Amino acid sequence: MTFWRECFIVFRRQLRMNLRNPAWVIIGMLQPVLYLLLFGPLLEPLVTRFGATNAYTFFVPGMLVQLGIFGAFFAGFTLIGEWREGVIEAERVTPASRTALLVGRLGRDLLQLLVQALILVCLGLALGMDASVPGIALGIVLTLLVGGACAASSNALALSTKSEEVMAPVINVVMMPVLLLSGILLPMTIGPRWLQRGSDFMPVRHIVDGVRSAFAGDFAAGGVLWGSIWAAALLAGALWWGTATFRRENA
Amino acid sequence: MIHARGLVQTFTTRKGRVKREVRAVDGVDLDVAEGEVVGFLGPNGAGKTTTLRMLTTLLRPTAGTATVAGHDVVRESVEVRRRIGYVSQAGGAFSSARAGDEVMDHGMLYGRSRAQVEQVGRALFEQFQLDGLWDRMPKTMSGGQKRRLDIVMGLIHEPRLVFLDEPTTGLDPQARANLWEHISALRGERGVTVFITTHYLDEADALSDRIVIIDRGRIVAADTADNLKAQVAGDLVELEVTDPARAAVAAEKLAAVAEPPRHGLPGVEVDGNHVRGRVQRAGRAVPGLLRELETYEITLESIEVHRPTLDDVFLTLTGRSLRDADTDPGDPDAEGDAGRGDRPPGEARAPSTPGPAAAPSAAEPPAAPGTELTGAER
Repeated sequence: MTFWRECFIVFRRQLRMNLRNPAWVIIGMLQPVLYLLLFGPLLEPLVTRFGATNAYTFFVPGMLVQLGIFGAFFAGFTLIGEWREGVIEAERVTPASRTALLVGRLGRDLLQLLVQALILVCLGLALGMDASVPGIALGIVLTLLVGGACAASSNALALSTKSEEVMAPVINVVMMPVLLLSGILLPMTIGPRWLQRGSDFMPVRHIVDGVRSAFAGDFAAGGVLWGSIWAAALLAGALWWGTATFRRENA
Repeated sequence: MIHARGLVQTFTTRKGRVKREVRAVDGVDLDVAEGEVVGFLGPNGAGKTTTLRMLTTLLRPTAGTATVAGHDVVRESVEVRRRIGYVSQAGGAFSSARAGDEVMDHGMLYGRSRAQVEQVGRALFEQFQLDGLWDRMPKTMSGGQKRRLDIVMGLIHEPRLVFLDEPTTGLDPQARANLWEHISALRGERGVTVFITTHYLDEADALSDRIVIIDRGRIVAADTADNLKAQVAGDLVELEVTDPARAAVAAEKLAAVAEPPRHGLPGVEVDGNHVRGRVQRAGRAVPGLLRELETYEITLESIEVHRPTLDDVFLTLTGRSLRDADTDPGDPDAEGDAGRGDRPPGEARAPSTPGPAAAPSAAEPPAAPGTELTGAER
């Protein structure tokens, strides 16, 4: 009970600060819209070559996962600002649970992600996406899991490095292979064999596949199961890491 | 309120490939009674903040034990946190959030109800002269207001013990004096035990009942300000005589009130038309000295009285100058601004002294929040 109250206090504070900055809100909302409007049309003539029939049914799931990963990875930057102003220290000296300090912040990131995901899905439907409703729901849940994992890792990384200059290149180094090997923009199946083998080792690829299968209503195949397992595993690992950093912090 | 025995904190630093273990705090014993105001004094990097972070449960001691507000800092850290307030050097209110919101959220993290926190918060705003700033953002506040807001946040759950880490660093002299009044009032009006770290002797002097001096991770002295200064053997009085030929006579007169030469103290020195010596309670001795000089028709160009500085106390206690200690190479926990010219502003002030005294050094460079916290101990 106390734990959820603490989470809520941290969450509300974060949300309040974000909503006070309208630019942040607008950019957050615009991002998925731009991807769909400006990149989606490029896929339409190509999509049959991927073995898919509807460009948006193929593209929206990839966009969802990308939103979850990329948006959340930047969550840590706000944390560095807070740390620098002594906010984290002040919170750590209260009796509040260290996990609550992290979870409250994740709540803010996940809420943002949920709103973006809904915009993306609605826009996709408007553009002619053909997906099953339970599949969309499951896809969004998977997106939130992977987004939570990335936000928690980002927070942990922020508290460990305490410097934007260190953190930005680290994130870029991580992002690059994730983007290229996960089949977010184009499916890995159109690539050569060695590239496909490489992407097998990329957890995010399985999550993207899982979300795609879910949207296509294909729950029976292993895709959804493996995607869910990977998303849950990433989240669990990241939460553990994040909490450990909030507990320690003074590395 | 605080009982610490043998507190140790070691950090591993790396220079290239060589790993080195540094004892930032090396066996600290501390006792602070309820209702006491204790100044924790030491040069940058002496281990002040590290000790403070162990006492406030933010850092687990490598060795040793500490009981704070009746609970063990390691085994019962949550109980300790409930009972103490801590105002770090960096503050605690986010610069672009509303002050009132930050105070409310902070208080509610202690499990208090909204109404309860708001009542205490509004009262504290009034006590700390922050009326009307409830909806303001800290970034639009003056340095002094911001610091007072930080202290309000540290007091929002009405702790019986509050830790203030370098509360006046980076403030201009007026804001410092104002903050001192508020800090003194803490015990007077709220009966709070205050543990305050500082590297200003005048600050520790003005605020605390007792001063604990730490150097290189060890406590080197713990006593009242008066007793510590007695060890330094008084204020430095410096006369500039008009006629260098009369300097010897002036030296003789000064020697009559000054400390005799002894180990570590040169006694009265003459350097051209400058004569200097250490005098106990110069404020009382100087008027008599001036009358005496007048009787012998010695005219002065200037007279300066320097209060004993932390440097003097430090020199007497450790045989090293504070300035040297500040720039000690390889110090793992240099508290950010080492060697940035943080001299005690009261150093050159001469209260109750006739004649032109050197002006107190004006505003120090404002502490840049970014650089302030880069010490390895963070």
